[in-house]
Amino acid sequence: MAEPPLRVLIVDDEAPARRRLRDLLDDCAAALPLAVVGEAGSGSEAIDLLQATTTDLVLTDIHMPGMDGIELARHLLKLAQPPVVIFTTAYNEHAVQAFDVSAIDYLMKPVRMQRLLAALQKVPRLKPVSVSKLDELPASARRFLSVTERSRVVLVPVDEIVYLKAELKYITIRTADHEYLLEESLTRLEQEFGHRFVRVHRNCLVSREFIRGFERCVSDDGDAHWEVLLKGMPETLPVSRRQQFIVREIGRDPYLAAAAAK
Amino acid sequence: MPDFRNLGTVLRILVAVNGVVAVAALLRDPSLRTWPIAWTDMVAVAEPQLLLMLATLYGLQPWLARQTYSLGVTILLALTVLTGVGLYTLLGRTELPEPGGLLRNVLLGLLTAWGLIAYFRLRARALSPAITEARLQALQARIRPHFLFNSINAVLSLVRTDPRRAETSLEDMADLFRVLMRDNRGLAPLADEVELCRQYLALEKLRLGDRLVVEWHTNNMPADALVPPLILQPLLENAVYHGIEPLTEPGIVSVNIFYKGGDVHAILRNPYRVTGGQHHAGNKMAMANVRERLALHFDAEATLETRVKADAYEVHLRIPYRTEKSAAPHGDATNRRDAHGSAPPADPKAPLRRGTVYG
Repeated sequence: MAEPPLRVLIVDDEAPARRRLRDLLDDCAAALPLAVVGEAGSGSEAIDLLQATTTDLVLTDIHMPGMDGIELARHLLKLAQPPVVIFTTAYNEHAVQAFDVSAIDYLMKPVRMQRLLAALQKVPRLKPVSVSKLDELPASARRFLSVTERSRVVLVPVDEIVYLKAELKYITIRTADHEYLLEESLTRLEQEFGHRFVRVHRNCLVSREFIRGFERCVSDDGDAHWEVLLKGMPETLPVSRRQQFIVREIGRDPYLAAAAAK
Repeated sequence: MPDFRNLGTVLRILVAVNGVVAVAALLRDPSLRTWPIAWTDMVAVAEPQLLLMLATLYGLQPWLARQTYSLGVTILLALTVLTGVGLYTLLGRTELPEPGGLLRNVLLGLLTAWGLIAYFRLRARALSPAITEARLQALQARIRPHFLFNSINAVLSLVRTDPRRAETSLEDMADLFRVLMRDNRGLAPLADEVELCRQYLALEKLRLGDRLVVEWHTNNMPADALVPPLILQPLLENAVYHGIEPLTEPGIVSVNIFYKGGDVHAILRNPYRVTGGQHHAGNKMAMANVRERLALHFDAEATLETRVKADAYEVHLRIPYRTEKSAAPHGDATNRRDAHGSAPPADPKAPLRRGTVYG
């Protein structure tokens, strides 16, 4: 009864930690058929690898530069066949408490072989962690937004987003040279990235970094309103009457002034 | 008794006495227009005595430090009377304005001296619990558990493939924890601290690999300078934790230690990127800890400054250059902490340190 081997991806920013897990997985291979499909040093590298190879389990460190493990777990849910995720962490009291509360699996580094084996044996019965569970974890703002395009997951760096605009069911993500469609709520995005984006309209968040200025426009019927001028693109966005105060607020925002001077 | 050779003590005395004189002048001459004149008149009397006292106490300090507290106070008050009477007699023979009655001058001097003694006594009392407290705090903030467990994990990864390197790393860890767990209230040679920092960074390099680049500039380092143990290590730990770990690309931590104008300077620099403008609370805690220990050891003579440059974070530490020899008149080096009066004869093996490192 040859069971198909469990396909495992190792994600950790520290090379020795990856090597350690690989050694342990080799040890476990005697008791459980498994194959290490690859190693990734960062979250985005992991997403790339996961698109190329089918994987059953991702063992990921929580604390990593760029994209952390929790953010990785969110993005990989968009894959056609999302793998199960087990987190590893050396020490992070707050995170660990939250993981316990949400009953999300994690392993403490240094990991013991027996402990790892027990976790591996449970994998076939586990389902991928749900978004709502991940939401319960204390996470910092994401570095990327992920969208599905032609059945591939595309990571859009939050730094590169010019504006987010809600249209019907979707949100349009606009970067300097692309447009993407995202299924999320604008309000939630505003909460998460409030330091970076400003709401100029009921349906629109604009990156402070990309605001070049404001222009007063008078329409044919005599009504006047403000338009946001954007850096690097001719397009303008209307400022709603309710959000008019941001024109003055941002006008004297030193962060904007510094960004504009560049 | 306060340390009369300490710049902070001397400054406090100078400011306090001149302040008292200024108030006294205002009381005697409530008109703000003529007040400066009244003040200068009184200063002319008070200042020579003040300077003479300070000079005498500076000379007597090593001997004074060995006397009991009550004897010290008696000597100090006697000195005040002596210098007061002596200078009064001398001044009487000059053209300077009449300083007022002898008894009044001596009484004012005694009152000021007594006030200052009481102030330093209170200050020493206020600081004493702080010494214990600072030590407690020091041990808690010392090494991040994050570092401990990640390092153990990194060493484990070496055991099979590179046993020799694993051995060296465990030896480094043993040395590091030996220093972390011993009584660190005295001063130790700078060379020891630098060696410890090198071992610490070797461990960090083990797990971070090429991501961590360390540049040492220690050509002008006075290796024999005495510094509080673990004064640089937490700063470097901060540099790695906040400067290197959040980066996906390699970053440089540079350490520049040199001697200049009677002081030892250490400048640490690490990459710094503003991410959403948040600064970690852990950083502030380690800084406050180092700053407090510097204040306890050197009062106003040591400084710790931080600067955010274009894309680097810089910490500048300045400590007065003291060696085993120059510290000798005050007793042996381990007693330096008593410089500011009565540190409690705390049991160095007090159970404060237990458990804290391990969470």
